[in-house]
Amino acid sequence: MGNLLGWIDDRFPLTKMWNEHLAQYYAPKNFNFWYFFGSLALLVLVIQIVSGIFLTMHYKPDGATAFASVEYIMRDVPYGWLIRYIHSTGATAFFVVVYLHMLRGLMYGSYKKPRELIWLFGMFIYLALMAEAFMGYLLPWGQMSYWGAQVIISLFGAIPVIGDDLTLWIRGDFVIGDATLNRFFALHVIALPFVLVFLVIAHIIALHEVGSNNPDGVEIKKTKDANGIPLDGIPFHPYYSVKDIVGVVVFLFFFSIVLFYFPDGGGYLLEHANFIASDPLKTPEHIAPVWYFTPFYAILRAVPDKLMGVGAMFAAIALLFFMPWLDRCKVKSVRYRSAIYKVNLTVFVISFVVLGWLAMQPATPTLTLMSQIFSFLYFAFFVVLFVTSKNESTKPVPERVTS
Amino acid sequence: MINNSIKNTFVTLFVAATVLLTPVMAPAAGGGVELLDAPIDINDKESLRRGAKAFADYCYSCHAASFMRFNRIAKDLEMSEDEVREMMIHTRGKKGDPTKIGELMKVSMTDDYAKNAFGTAVPDLSLTARARGADWVYTYLRSFYVDPYRPTGFNNTVFPDVGMPHVLWSLQGLQEPVYKTVMHGNVEVEELEGFEQIQAGALSRVEYDMFLGDLTNFMVYLAEPVQVERRSLGWKVLLFLIVFFGFAYALKKEYWKDVH
Repeated sequence: MGNLLGWIDDRFPLTKMWNEHLAQYYAPKNFNFWYFFGSLALLVLVIQIVSGIFLTMHYKPDGATAFASVEYIMRDVPYGWLIRYIHSTGATAFFVVVYLHMLRGLMYGSYKKPRELIWLFGMFIYLALMAEAFMGYLLPWGQMSYWGAQVIISLFGAIPVIGDDLTLWIRGDFVIGDATLNRFFALHVIALPFVLVFLVIAHIIALHEVGSNNPDGVEIKKTKDANGIPLDGIPFHPYYSVKDIVGVVVFLFFFSIVLFYFPDGGGYLLEHANFIASDPLKTPEHIAPVWYFTPFYAILRAVPDKLMGVGAMFAAIALLFFMPWLDRCKVKSVRYRSAIYKVNLTVFVISFVVLGWLAMQPATPTLTLMSQIFSFLYFAFFVVLFVTSKNESTKPVPERVTS
Repeated sequence: MINNSIKNTFVTLFVAATVLLTPVMAPAAGGGVELLDAPIDINDKESLRRGAKAFADYCYSCHAASFMRFNRIAKDLEMSEDEVREMMIHTRGKKGDPTKIGELMKVSMTDDYAKNAFGTAVPDLSLTARARGADWVYTYLRSFYVDPYRPTGFNNTVFPDVGMPHVLWSLQGLQEPVYKTVMHGNVEVEELEGFEQIQAGALSRVEYDMFLGDLTNFMVYLAEPVQVERRSLGWKVLLFLIVFFGFAYALKKEYWKDVH
């Protein structure tokens, strides 16, 4: 066994990589609940890829047969229903863990120097994930797949001059049709998963280069022992590998509750109208995007002008990319930051959730006004942060991590 | 810190799960009519078999259930294939041989024929209960009323000006809607109060409701035949995860006792 390992190590850095990324990767010992979601996001990525491979074996990316092939998977493929529900529940789970993972970054300042690139890679992962989810949602070829895609693609039509040609180019047809379904399938199962996996690797390499942040926002590499090992660091494996297994089990417990007992999530995860085959001649009464897109959809609807609305929607995502530079405070963790930041972040999170809820309601004058108020608060977060963070009155940050 | 973080894990995940699962987006209610609670029990095989019979006698032939196979019904509803054949298969294939038990539940009526006869294609019923909801199906089938201005002689309060004739009229009898006037602010609005029976059917009101309950139950089954198996596999998986949690947590505790 040792000989084999030596033989491999002479030709491939197996032991070196194992040590660098697991056995001798020193992570701060004070990770709390919020630090489960990185490994969980990786788990969900694997779940989606594996379940997706099996779905691809039975799914037909063809406008005439796509809808029926999904029902074929649900009824005739042995355990096809399980694979399909794993994949559809996995999409929601992906966004749940990614949103919590991102919130962790905002709370503990994980995007700050020297971790700007980790944050940027992460934001690109989020962007790729949204594209992946959007294109995947077209594939069941139900009414909501069809009309949801219709609405989103038409947004590009708001761009002056090139808008109409651009939407035509995206769809590959004058309406959403077989050509659109085929290209979305190609992008969903090959192109975007490649991009996602590549970005995840970059995200992790960048993380392991600079080391993990922690709830205190203390750089553990500043205090090392005689051997150069951080005093507050513990090897990722076995400490965090065994801890993350606990997180995985708890996650799978909740995942299974949804999967086995609420697979359509009361119409939020699998929308009712999506059990009707797509029909270009019949628009559903109420088109709402899947829950993980709703906050941005609410911002879009809050702005009366279509082009401005599209701009606001993209800005809402784009601003997050600039967090490392918008936040000028040197202190990382919310634990040692000012009340202004705490209030600002709380209002931001509340706005995000409320906007998500608002987008699922039919637009009434009151709700539209609410959308406008909470959209304003969403953007105000970045402005207030930029203005107040430079001379923020912070608490003293400890030298070592607290437990 | 460890115990706290585990506790926090539970609390937060529980809250997240609750938030995710609580609201139920009602499927589009038809015609603004309040939907009744469909009296269904998906575990009641007797009811499902009665519902299958009702479906075969009154729905299937115009409506297809083209994602479903006959023998799947036999297996799930604990009937013999011959019983299902007897009950549901009255068609023949192109070569004149009887439709096989393993085939999909298609119908011979074409969309063009249906458009001539009813003004619209006849929808496939495989997924109707999932698309519309059980309560919609139940209320819809209960809400046909006599309307001499419609080509079929019937209209429906849940689905106004529906193309479908009231195929169950001989069972339900004939009824007329009763409206009451209510004030919405300063506006008078006609609201459906109920129905008045004007001619008795073969079934009493209670019997008819039970008949519809069985039929709706079957259609809910039809929309997701695996649902009983899904739930029964679910608790086994959850039980396994609870046991696994015990081991995972003990392992974590063992490793972490020297960290402080």
